[in-house]
Amino acid sequence: MTALIEVSNLTIRFRTDEGLVTAVEDVSFTLGKGEVMGLVGESGSGKSVTAKALMSLNARNAVYGEDSRITLHADTGPVEVLKLKTARELKIVRGGAISMIFQEPMASFAPAITIGRQMVEQLQLHGDMSKARAKEISVEMLDRVGISDPARRFDQYAFELSGGMRQRAMIAMALSTRPKLLIADEPTTALDVTIQAQVIDLMKDLVNEFHMGIVFITHDLGVIAQTADKVSVMYLGRLIEEGPVREVIRNPKHPYTRGLIAALPKLDDLDAPLTPVAGDIPSPLERPAGCVFHTRCPKILGEVCRTALPGDTQVNPTHRVACHLYPPGGPA
Amino acid sequence: MTDAPLIVTSDLSVGFRTGSGLFGKALLKAVDHVSLDIRKGSFFGLVGESGSGKTTLGRALLKAVPMTGGTARFRDGEVDYDLTTLSGPSLKDYRKRAQLIFQDPYAALSPRMTVRDIIAEPLEVMGLTKTREETDARVRAIAAKCRLNLEHLRRFPHAFSGGQRQRISIARALVSGPKFIVADESVAALDVSIQADVLNLLKELQRDLQITFLFISHDLSVVAHTCDHVAVMYLGRLVESAPTRRVFAAPRHPYTKALFSAIPSLDPDDRGRGQKLTGEIPSPTNQPPGCKFHTRCPYTIARCRTEEPALEHPGDGHEVACHRWRELQETTVA
Ligand SMILES: Nc1ncnc2c1ncn2[C@@H]1O[C@H](COP(=O)(O)OP(=O)(O)OP(=O)(O)O)[C@@H](O)[C@H]1O
Ligand SMILES: Nc1ncnc2c1ncn2[C@@H]1O[C@H](COP(=O)(O)OP(=O)(O)OP(=O)(O)O)[C@@H](O)[C@H]1O
Ligand code: SF4
Ligand code: SF4
Ligand SMILES: [Mg+2]
Ligand SMILES: [Mg+2]
Repeated sequence: MTALIEVSNLTIRFRTDEGLVTAVEDVSFTLGKGEVMGLVGESGSGKSVTAKALMSLNARNAVYGEDSRITLHADTGPVEVLKLKTARELKIVRGGAISMIFQEPMASFAPAITIGRQMVEQLQLHGDMSKARAKEISVEMLDRVGISDPARRFDQYAFELSGGMRQRAMIAMALSTRPKLLIADEPTTALDVTIQAQVIDLMKDLVNEFHMGIVFITHDLGVIAQTADKVSVMYLGRLIEEGPVREVIRNPKHPYTRGLIAALPKLDDLDAPLTPVAGDIPSPLERPAGCVFHTRCPKILGEVCRTALPGDTQVNPTHRVACHLYPPGGPA
Repeated sequence: MTDAPLIVTSDLSVGFRTGSGLFGKALLKAVDHVSLDIRKGSFFGLVGESGSGKTTLGRALLKAVPMTGGTARFRDGEVDYDLTTLSGPSLKDYRKRAQLIFQDPYAALSPRMTVRDIIAEPLEVMGLTKTREETDARVRAIAAKCRLNLEHLRRFPHAFSGGQRQRISIARALVSGPKFIVADESVAALDVSIQADVLNLLKELQRDLQITFLFISHDLSVVAHTCDHVAVMYLGRLVESAPTRRVFAAPRHPYTKALFSAIPSLDPDDRGRGQKLTGEIPSPTNQPPGCKFHTRCPYTIARCRTEEPALEHPGDGHEVACHRWRELQETTVA
């Protein structure tokens, strides 16, 4: 598979009143063309911040690590995303080659202009296109994401739509420019499952049609199981496990991944109590030394976990985990 | 839980005027003749198509959008309010008793206020406490219930994770001592572990403080695990309503069945197995005649296109609005 985007040693800190806060630390992964990567993990573990970095969209108080690199293989050749500075340079990633569906649908629509005008403006920004043609494409996309009466919705404001419709309008807007990479941050949480299934099918069609790569952030492991090729798991800013979707869901290695899967409410046993991963998440201001999960880990080995950062171990060529239970070269 | 209802609605409707231009303003029936009882102390789940009116129904019950038809009552001990006409001091009193937990724990909290001030704000706005000491005492008591400690109270929200922030929102919603809480997608943004934690907390509060919840969610596994009762909406109408176990064991309405079969399976080899709905999703401003689900229902017959089914009460507590539910129950395996 040819690489679409390569992330290496990504570290992101934020300047705050209380000092530098580390949100993402030393994260590396590669996404191929036409590949769907599911990104899961604790709330606040850095998923959205990582995703925004791919488009260089983080807030101005963000500080990137010195050796952090994000390379996008665009049609015109490789682009170093974090080196882009001016608005003109950034145009290639923002909405041209990469589109993002944001976690907060309200935030991505300007309140005072209609959904349709916003879609048309975005399309015209990226390509030479008549207004009429842009409208045609927009209405067609609204229709494809399952919005009824798309021509009428086109003239409505975001606040007039239900949560799920707003989310679909945003998906339509993100897909209308036919990006090479789609970053979808919790795109289906506000949708009922029947519409969710339809949106997922649409995304799969587009992967096939345009060979689009997708980074799919969601808390819904069922959605991941149904869509992703591979899964990456984050905890407190670190990528702690990555592998093919079947393996990670059926045979998770990291104690946190195991806890996450055990916490899922199961439909076949309504009497089973819900079992959260025990313990409190450390404050981002007090990152634990050693393994970041050691304050809550049920399998903690002792001193080594409290002091030494576990490196990556390949349990097989496509499945890696960062945990002292799996020493490099040892049996997995 | 008791049998006495806290909320009773009868043909409750909410309409919006939308759009402009050629056809004038169209009427959008967001909530259309909904009659339901929410029993005191229950955890009442509300699910359904996106855009079916769940949020609008919740907001109408909190008096955040005007009702345009029908009635709604709130009965709690000495008070019996007609929510359609409530105003003045009674409305003020009702605002103490009914609260909303926001969906988004990030957006809902002001970044410039300490956690203590965020939780205290409703008390101050509603003038429920006289002295700072009294406010502090109430904030501390509710924070402890939500497992936030004194040190947390001095901090600003950005120092907290999603789950902790959601607990801050919950503390804020609870501080005025409400009896009725609308939780609209309030765990959707949380990872499954924190979600489990917050749900356990809500259930505990339901038991200990006798709070009644209207729990709006798209996550059917969460609803199955937490709610006592489930109501299903489609295009503004209530189409099914029953105790949770009954609905999940044997759904009666074809839309509910489709909903359950679309729940994404955790097994990657199950891809594309669920029953898919096809057909036109109707426009809420131009609703189909007859059963509103007939444009997508796999069991539509001629009668469905012209005659709207009423919500039936077959006597077993499992209500459904479909002409064919009895024969479908006999011919299909649930
Ligand atoms: N502009 C900012 N200034 C300071 N801290 C920030 C900023 N943006 C994000 N953070 C912090 O970075 C961390 C990671 O946040 P991020 O939004 O990536 O989490 P997430 O994994 O997407 O969580 P969720 O699942 O809840 O959406 C959090 O601790 C957050 O408070
Ligand atoms: N302020 C408003 N003005 C006009 N129409 C509105 C307004 N608020 C809601 N609506 C419409 O009312 C209908 C019901 O919306 P509502 O938000 O209640 O749906 P919902 O069931 O909560 O959906 P979701 O699951 O997507 O959140 C939708 O068609 C929506 O567009
Ligand atoms: S390194 Fe140690 S503390 Fe961390 S997950 Fe592995 S066993 Fe647990
Ligand atoms: S009334 Fe007819 S169209 Fe409506 S749900 Fe029942 S069978 Fe389907
Ligand atoms: Mg996020
Ligand atoms: Mg809603």
